[in-house]
Amino acid sequence: MHELSIASAILDAVRSEADKRPGAHVTKVGVRIGALSGVEPEALTFGFDVLVQGTDLEPLVLVIEPVPRRQRCSACDITFEVTEDNLACPRCASDATTLAGGEELDLAYLEVED
Amino acid sequence: MERIALEKKVLSENDRVAARLRESFREHGILCVNLISSPGSGKTSLLESTLERLPKDARVAVLTGDIQTDNDARRLARFGFPAKQITTGGTCHLDALRIERALADWPLENLDTLIVENVGNLVCPSSYDLGEAAKIVMLSVAEGEDKPLKYPSIFAKSELLILNKIDLLPYVSFDMAHAREYAWQIHPGMDILEVSCTTGQGLDQWIQWLEKRRKAVIGEKIAD
Repeated sequence: MHELSIASAILDAVRSEADKRPGAHVTKVGVRIGALSGVEPEALTFGFDVLVQGTDLEPLVLVIEPVPRRQRCSACDITFEVTEDNLACPRCASDATTLAGGEELDLAYLEVED
Repeated sequence: MERIALEKKVLSENDRVAARLRESFREHGILCVNLISSPGSGKTSLLESTLERLPKDARVAVLTGDIQTDNDARRLARFGFPAKQITTGGTCHLDALRIERALADWPLENLDTLIVENVGNLVCPSSYDLGEAAKIVMLSVAEGEDKPLKYPSIFAKSELLILNKIDLLPYVSFDMAHAREYAWQIHPGMDILEVSCTTGQGLDQWIQWLEKRRKAVIGEKIAD
């Protein structure tokens, strides 16, 4: 359960952006969470709401965009999204694919109102 | 309403410190590995067995993370190599800043291998880069062989899987073939070693793995 630390890091970033825009109110923060990021969206939302409650950032909303794991098949030169832990290439069925994404833990955007 | 694109990592501050550590390890020709497992899989026992087998003049050091107590560092210090406890006081993982602080008063030029024993946890440590050259995940046969499927993140990111406590195989229902299959399903081709810190089985291969990995780091340094 490190989602509280992650939520806290998101809020630090929100505050540092907000400081650049005096008078503006941040209403929404968008993050991308990869399937391999080790972060549970539900726990993150819970931790985020707890940290925001009772602060000047209220009612800030966290929007999570889940990102699937991707694998790459070098033989077919394609990258594909993984479903149900099946890493085999959908074209040639080879298991020899390599990790190509899904570790995202990114701040995507903020929405502000002046 | 205005939307501002940010496009940066949530843990960019941790990643910045990790990059600084990685650069420092590279400059000093140090192999740093980050050892991760559930509590009780045998991380500290593996380190004890490792330090016990290394020559007395080996330039190795260990950092060991726990939520409370310095028991592990005391267990490891008796082998005569530098060992330091990082007590997180509740946090379920180590982060790069804690590593940097712990190393602040250690002369890195005296080292060529640094083993970091993370807090016992298969989830949270996987998100935090510590500047290591390789993550190593450990699983004991007293646990379920489906751990790779349940915790794919750490298995996907680790270079090596150590299956520990293989001396217990006759007494538990652990299916070794399935464990390997699941690990390769999540991380095709990952290195897998089977060890027992009790009987010593497989420990030579583990030390050879470390040595091979260390030579690769020195190779990278020379190639610069």
